[in-house]
Amino acid sequence: MNKDMKILIVDDFATMRRIIKNLLRDLGFNNTHEADDGLTAIPMLNTGNYDFLVTDWNMPGMTGFDLLKHVRADPDLKNLPILMVTAESKREQIVAAAQAGVNGYIVKPFTAAVLKEKIEKIFERVQK
Amino acid sequence: MSDQSEQPEDFEVLLRNSTGELVEIIEQGALADAVNLLQTINDARNKDLYQQVGQLTRALHDAIRDFQLEGRAAANQEDAFSEMADATDRLNYIINLTHNAANRTLDKIDECGPIANSLGTEAALLRKEWGRLIRREMKPQEFRDLYRRIDSFLVDTELQAGVLSGNFSEITLAQDYQDLTGQVVKKVITLVHDVEDRLVELVRIASKVDRITGIQTMDTNKKTEVIDKQIPEGPVVNAEKRGIEIVSDQDDVDDLLSSLGF
Repeated sequence: MNKDMKILIVDDFATMRRIIKNLLRDLGFNNTHEADDGLTAIPMLNTGNYDFLVTDWNMPGMTGFDLLKHVRADPDLKNLPILMVTAESKREQIVAAAQAGVNGYIVKPFTAAVLKEKIEKIFERVQK
Repeated sequence: MSDQSEQPEDFEVLLRNSTGELVEIIEQGALADAVNLLQTINDARNKDLYQQVGQLTRALHDAIRDFQLEGRAAANQEDAFSEMADATDRLNYIINLTHNAANRTLDKIDECGPIANSLGTEAALLRKEWGRLIRREMKPQEFRDLYRRIDSFLVDTELQAGVLSGNFSEITLAQDYQDLTGQVVKKVITLVHDVEDRLVELVRIASKVDRITGIQTMDTNKKTEVIDKQIPEGPVVNAEKRGIEIVSDQDDVDDLLSSLGF
């Protein structure tokens, strides 16, 4: 796994973005960038050449679920690995996210170990 | 609010008593009397209806006015402040407080990380040198250097341990938001209960109006919560009571995803 990969963290709460950023830094990923909802994330994704997207679900403006569907529908972005980190814990939602093409799903509150495991798993699969 | 609650019963008594009389009059063929009696029943119904609507309007007005009065008292301000606006302010206050507490904590943790790292790195280097000393691999000049480094390391460790424990205290203090937000949340819960009680009272009064007018309302008890999987709601509370299927932890999520072929 490339530790220099460019990661976009999307969450409407600055604190949660900071926590994820710190955890990613502890895992050796320093090339992280932030957006506060889907609408601000899209232009960044379009031009930023990102390698990985970590997004919350529940955000004003554009939700992470809509962002997921947007990315999968965009020919230039559709292969971008997406990890959802969210408090949304309804089974229906997880199934919907899986069907929409999410690569990993973490429910909040979560631990550093879970984040590490999911990221490793996602890139293990992507590289196959 | 309930001082006139006997009114609809009076109307019902009149209606019940008049029915027999009405049948009797019609059987006797006195149609004019029958029409007059129907008119009397109708007048009584209208009178009650107006009274009930008036009562409903007054209750609604009282409920709104009470909110404003209590809101003003709670906010302790001159200008009219509805209690709802006050509740919104309280909830915004919680967002600010938790935001600040989280940032304060993360700032202190950011300060602690490099300190722990540099202490660990220097200790590891010294241990290596120390090993050489034990194995008598060290030249006298190197030993004098080590001697000084150990001295400065000890001074540094003492100092940095003080900084770390100071930061830990601040991290502990930053958790005081729990107490403050808890109190605010309790106030908002009380408000929600008050609003609910008043709405129930309004519904009770309104139902009497419905009874007199004969308006049929749909059975609201049967309504089940419509869960739209696309609409996020944050952490699910009372899932079991609401009949919502949620995952209890990350293992559950992983099981669900692997059952979908992930």
